[in-house]
Amino acid sequence: MKAAVIVFPGSNCDRDVAVALEASMGSKPLMVWHRDTVLPDLDLIVVPGGFSYGDYLRCGAMAAHSPIMREVKAKAEKGTRVLGICNGFQILTETGLLPGVLMRNRNLKFICKDVFLRVENADTDFTRKHTLGDVVRYPIAHAEGNYFVEPEAFRAMEGNGQVAFRYCSKTGDVSDAHNPNGALSNVAGIYNEAKTVLGLMPHPERLAEDLLGGSDGKTMFDSLVEALR
Amino acid sequence: MKAKVHITLKNGVLDPQGKAVQHALGSLGFGGVNDVRQGKYIELDLAETDRAKAKDAVEQMCKGLLANTVIENYAIELVD
Repeated sequence: MKAAVIVFPGSNCDRDVAVALEASMGSKPLMVWHRDTVLPDLDLIVVPGGFSYGDYLRCGAMAAHSPIMREVKAKAEKGTRVLGICNGFQILTETGLLPGVLMRNRNLKFICKDVFLRVENADTDFTRKHTLGDVVRYPIAHAEGNYFVEPEAFRAMEGNGQVAFRYCSKTGDVSDAHNPNGALSNVAGIYNEAKTVLGLMPHPERLAEDLLGGSDGKTMFDSLVEALR
Repeated sequence: MKAKVHITLKNGVLDPQGKAVQHALGSLGFGGVNDVRQGKYIELDLAETDRAKAKDAVEQMCKGLLANTVIENYAIELVD
């Protein structure tokens, strides 16, 4: 499997995700600077977390129009798998690769803590090593993770299995009490129509080995390796 | 020519920042503020002298970058 991690000025999870990818893949991913315009043949592109371009204008808005994102979009449209984590998710919505938008958290605070997520679709390249309804613990660290999309569009997305993860309790109860940021229907991550692009606010790479306090996130990278090797 | 662009949240989109400002105004003793909606104001200095062309260009700028039309509206005012 060949993977690349896009690096923007202000990315700060690019190395973490590279370490997590290498542990699952057995080889290092390519690190690609935002000014580059061409990507080689790849199986996976990761748009990492951070504060690309200082979150100017709107989170992800400037990065979405950087030179490399034109190439990422072209590859994604041809079926290359794309994973956007946190700021990467915001960037993917701003490019139009994923529907909806990430708004300011409803409590206006930057929230940094571990949350539980329920796997809502275990039939994708990102989650195939999970079982539907699995509960995983991933950290979140964001101020703008309040997912919103037009209700009509959301119904279609739900019907098409595009909800990837929902915030829940340790036992898998999805309710407002376990919604950290006000996201529509507790949505923590979504797929595009073809389930080849995933964006999520929580960070699988931050709990991907026991040394970090947990390895729930490793299952996502292992799933990708199994699917794409 | 200058373009003044106001970007505002669409009706029905929750504005927690506006709500926080409203509460702060209330605690400062400014009563009677029924609602606060916060937005952005962007001023562009354009080389274009044709109003119609300038309006078109700024529309494209709003749709392409300045506003996220999923949740935001924009209004353009041109000033010579």
